Amino acid sequence: MQRRHFLKSTGAGAAALAGGSGLLLPYAALAADEIAIGSIHDLSGGLDIYGKPMADALTLALEEQNAAGGLLGRKLRLATYDPQSNMQLYTQFAQQAALKDKVAVVHGGITSASREVIRPVLDRSKTLYFYNTQYEGGVCDRNIFCTGVTPAQTVGKLVPYAMKKWGKKIYVVAADYNYGQITSQWVKKFAQENGGSTVAIEFFPLDVTNFGPTISKIEAAKPDMLFSALVGGAHISFYRQWAAAGLNKKIPLASSTFGGGNEQIVLSAEEANGYLLSYNYFETIATPANKDFLARFHKRFGADYPCVTELAMGTYQGFKLWAEGVTKAGSIETPKMIAALESGISIDAPSGKVTIDPQTHHCILNVSLAEVKDKKFNILENYAQQAPSDTSAVCDLKKNPRDNQQYVIKA
Amino acid sequence: MDLALVVVIQVLYGIASLVIVSAGLAVIFGMMKVINLAHGEFLMLGGYSVVMAVQFGINLWIAIFIVAPIAVGLVGIVLERLVIRRLYGRMVDTMLATWGLSLLLIGIVTSVFGNTTAGISTPLGSFRVGGYSVSVYTLLIIAVAVVLGLALRAVLTKTQFGLIARGTMQNPAMADALGISPSKVYSATFAVGAALSGLAGGLLAPLTGVVPTMGAAFVAKAFITVIGGGPAILTGLASAAGFFGAINQVATFLSTPVFGEVALLLAAIVMLRLLPQGITGRFFKGSL
Repeated sequence: MQRRHFLKSTGAGAAALAGGSGLLLPYAALAADEIAIGSIHDLSGGLDIYGKPMADALTLALEEQNAAGGLLGRKLRLATYDPQSNMQLYTQFAQQAALKDKVAVVHGGITSASREVIRPVLDRSKTLYFYNTQYEGGVCDRNIFCTGVTPAQTVGKLVPYAMKKWGKKIYVVAADYNYGQITSQWVKKFAQENGGSTVAIEFFPLDVTNFGPTISKIEAAKPDMLFSALVGGAHISFYRQWAAAGLNKKIPLASSTFGGGNEQIVLSAEEANGYLLSYNYFETIATPANKDFLARFHKRFGADYPCVTELAMGTYQGFKLWAEGVTKAGSIETPKMIAALESGISIDAPSGKVTIDPQTHHCILNVSLAEVKDKKFNILENYAQQAPSDTSAVCDLKKNPRDNQQYVIKA
Repeated sequence: MDLALVVVIQVLYGIASLVIVSAGLAVIFGMMKVINLAHGEFLMLGGYSVVMAVQFGINLWIAIFIVAPIAVGLVGIVLERLVIRRLYGRMVDTMLATWGLSLLLIGIVTSVFGNTTAGISTPLGSFRVGGYSVSVYTLLIIAVAVVLGLALRAVLTKTQFGLIARGTMQNPAMADALGISPSKVYSATFAVGAALSGLAGGLLAPLTGVVPTMGAAFVAKAFITVIGGGPAILTGLASAAGFFGAINQVATFLSTPVFGEVALLLAAIVMLRLLPQGITGRFFKGSL
């Protein structure tokens, strides 16, 4: 290429670019009028099995809201960040969302570790935070709303039911971070309250894939049942090796995490049948509201979408609660929003009625107990309108609005 | 008694999986003195070849024992032609180049398959040892490790290719003078090493989740085993795998998987302090 020709063509390119950015300006001004909603979910890495359905549910909720005319006469816009299952990126993106992109609210965080990473960042910048994952309970902070179920609502139902069915000796395997550590203590507490015991509690970092010795140890301990609070893609190999050793036929298993990442679809039916679970939402809940929701969801994301998970529904409901709060407050300013959300608002969600408990910023909602059957969830019991009694026993934001900590169960 | 037998099986399994994971590296590093930091990614490619092949309806065993080694062996030939061959004898440079390759391979696989966990069910079911169940696949891994070790030994000592390869590695100029093309021998040896890594990745696929970054979990262990083994390729591999594998599994039984890993790394540090040349630098001298 000749130099003169090169100069000419780059000159033209620069002119085109300048013209282009000139055209973009009015668009940017238009975008500023939209309400930005931050979505921080792991869309890649070991936790993407949880994050992808959550992001999809948020997308659907937002599109539905926009189709209904947005909020306060303004359209909504999603600001999506993918922290790639990496805690450092969580801090970075939370800061970007709050300070640079100035979002009205952040929905996101999957593991309790990631929540504790971004919670202080959003507290400092007074950015409202919705954590929509089922978790170990106890977070007490006026800036955050935890819309997922906690151990009193799930483990408190699951453990007594399973013990009545299978026996009193429980072996616990759990992920090695705050969720697994605290949830396993709840399992122990509920086991003891019902006249049983935990034979052993074992923790595994999220990248452990060799469970051979553990499986032999479990068999040596001869428990009546196994309780799993394992998390993430690598831990799926536990269920695989458990079934390969033939133990899924001998020692029954209850779990507070199984299915959250569609493990029941990744594993074969023979590997996972009979596992006992308890969540706020199962796809098989047979109410008209849920059937209608699933029809809309599949229309948006395809008829072959694997399964709407508990966490995806939590995110959908979290958004709906937030939108209800905006309508009530007539503003997106954080203090007004918190006051509106603390007035005890509720929505009719696909899982049933969901109400924000003003005292704890957690939710009162329906809980079901189900067993895995041929890659689906077969619902066995329903418990209507369960309160987050674990958190309300320690946390009262009405009396102590300045409280800001996570209460942990005493072992 | 049953428990003792189960522990023995798990320990043998720990040793066997180290042998399988490290064999490809032993050939490439032990014979060719190329520090292949992309070894973990060769394993990962083996895993993906099996997952892909099974999705295309190929029999699992054909996928593990034929598709995975051939696919990764071919990748090895291409990479040797393009990159490695320009760097023989420059150990530090090969390190940098293969590290780059490792990042490149992770990037390519992530953009093709996404950064998600793929996997297949573990085949073969289980059998009883007294009051315990053990997966049959565990025994298969042990058997494959034994066969692999014997086969490598037979190839290196009993075949013409083995003799030529060993001769060329010791003195390429002399091999050249005798009418052997060292570049072809290097290329073939690298391909064999890559194929062994592919086989290892294929064997791991039904046991662990297959993700683009899975190599990282194995590459350190493979290097520790090969370096701990010392100058003799096969004896070194077997003895170091036996030592580290046993420590790792016994510690895991006594406590947790985390402590098992810590015990393995501690043992490696202490051992390299006492035997800086590796196990075969002091014992089994002159063996293969």
